[in-house]
Amino acid sequence: MNPLLTFQDLILGYDGHPAVHHLDGVVEAGSLTAIVGPNGSGKSTLLQGIVGMLRPLGGRILRAETLEGDIAYLPQLTEIDRSFPASVFDLVALGLWKRRGMLWHISPADREEIDLALAAVGLDGFQRRGIDTLSGGQLQRALFARVLLQDARLILLDEPFNAIDTKTVRDLFGVIRRWHGEGRAILVVLHDLDLVREFFPTTLLLARRPIAWGETREVLKAENMMKARQLNQGWDEHAPWCERSDAA
Amino acid sequence: MNPFDLLIAPFVDFEFMRRALGGTALLTLSACPVGIFLMLRRMSLSGDAMAHAILPGTAVGFLVSGLSLLPMSLGGIVAGMAVALASGAVSRSTIQKEDASLAAFYLISLALGVLLISLKGSSIDLMHVLFGSVLALNNEALLLIGGIAFVTIAALSVMWRGLVAECLDPLFLRSVSRAGPYVHLAFLMLVVLNLVGGFQALGTLLAVGLMVLPAAAARFWTRRLETMCALAVGFGLISNLIGLLVSYHLSVASGPAIVLTAGALYGLSLVFGRHGLFARRPTWRHRAA
Repeated sequence: MNPLLTFQDLILGYDGHPAVHHLDGVVEAGSLTAIVGPNGSGKSTLLQGIVGMLRPLGGRILRAETLEGDIAYLPQLTEIDRSFPASVFDLVALGLWKRRGMLWHISPADREEIDLALAAVGLDGFQRRGIDTLSGGQLQRALFARVLLQDARLILLDEPFNAIDTKTVRDLFGVIRRWHGEGRAILVVLHDLDLVREFFPTTLLLARRPIAWGETREVLKAENMMKARQLNQGWDEHAPWCERSDAA
Repeated sequence: MNPFDLLIAPFVDFEFMRRALGGTALLTLSACPVGIFLMLRRMSLSGDAMAHAILPGTAVGFLVSGLSLLPMSLGGIVAGMAVALASGAVSRSTIQKEDASLAAFYLISLALGVLLISLKGSSIDLMHVLFGSVLALNNEALLLIGGIAFVTIAALSVMWRGLVAECLDPLFLRSVSRAGPYVHLAFLMLVVLNLVGGFQALGTLLAVGLMVLPAAAARFWTRRLETMCALAVGFGLISNLIGLLVSYHLSVASGPAIVLTAGALYGLSLVFGRHGLFARRPTWRHRAA
């Protein structure tokens, strides 16, 4: 057991309303985990909490000491300004930020590393293309190259295959498996359950409350899925304050 | 009139023309790159609003010590930063977006500024503050503009990557660094500084002209950020030169002449630029892949 992240009675949410309710569990180093659940079940919120962009309303996220900031996060809705005069190279080069900071000059070695990352996602020769000319799939490939460059021990991907053709999904999945092979821990929010069953050893099923977390085949059983759909009830502006205090 | 009399003589014969050219050149070196980022962050109108916001600060300086540069500049910096921070805070903590709160703050500031100046000054003083007097730049003013240019260029080169990241993908920057908000703040500071630098020459209302117009013009010519900045500076320098000459020969107000020249360059770029109106002409050939 080598926990990278430990959730202790974790509650994440907005304006006091929980989006992730009483989550306990552990993300192991080198694990490959799918996070599934209905829309609005707290999947993206959980990833934001892990990156540290959202402060818990209750409970804790314990990060392994060795992890300190070593997290790459690819959000579902990127805020990339496609009209900004930047090339694919510029966009991918941002991935060096953690290692180089704000004040670095791109060295020939960095340049080579960026070229390799672009080649790995099938964007060889795209270095000088403006980001405004990329298709959705190509942009996603470029963002994977950036994650590749971030060289993180924990990688968080939020619905990385939305509106992306099967060829691109297959290629990008190759990249994910390569990361898995390199011993990085990966959490992927996904809707395609076939993909989850085929490739992910572990799965977390969320419906705000965690329904099940463990071996994928066990977690995706019909009764769990049914429970997730029922639990994910609508928004209640005036829901009573949660009285539960134990961490069961 | 020979070309020498037309182009060179005014600067040889008159020191105030040389000072005007030098002062605006310094201003252009720093204000135009700032303008590029202002435009790319879709904050051009915010820049305009902040220029208005400087007015009450300069007015307080004017009330305290008359038409003297330092108190008015200091007042301008304080007022400009206060409005920038306040509108940022309002947009973060309420439902109001930054543009709406900026509009609210600058209208209040503009009215307050004009009122304050009218307490003590004449309408000539008001004209001076609103539209500047580029032909009356003294040593103090040149030093101030030079200092602002130096600080701006140094700051831009230090935070260039941060600024690019904050414009290009703010969410990514937030996920890897806490620098984002500070970069934004430092950038707002640079905008205010350059507006204050420009107000002596062009006035509070037109100072933003040298920042926004050359940047907007440069956008029509290139897709590379560095080239865009260099081009904007070039456009700015040309505007200063032509504007000052026009103002000299035709005896028209110099600040507006400079800004109008920049406006003309913008118009030309809009029509003839590589990414301008005529750039979308149909091509008869296409590549194999």
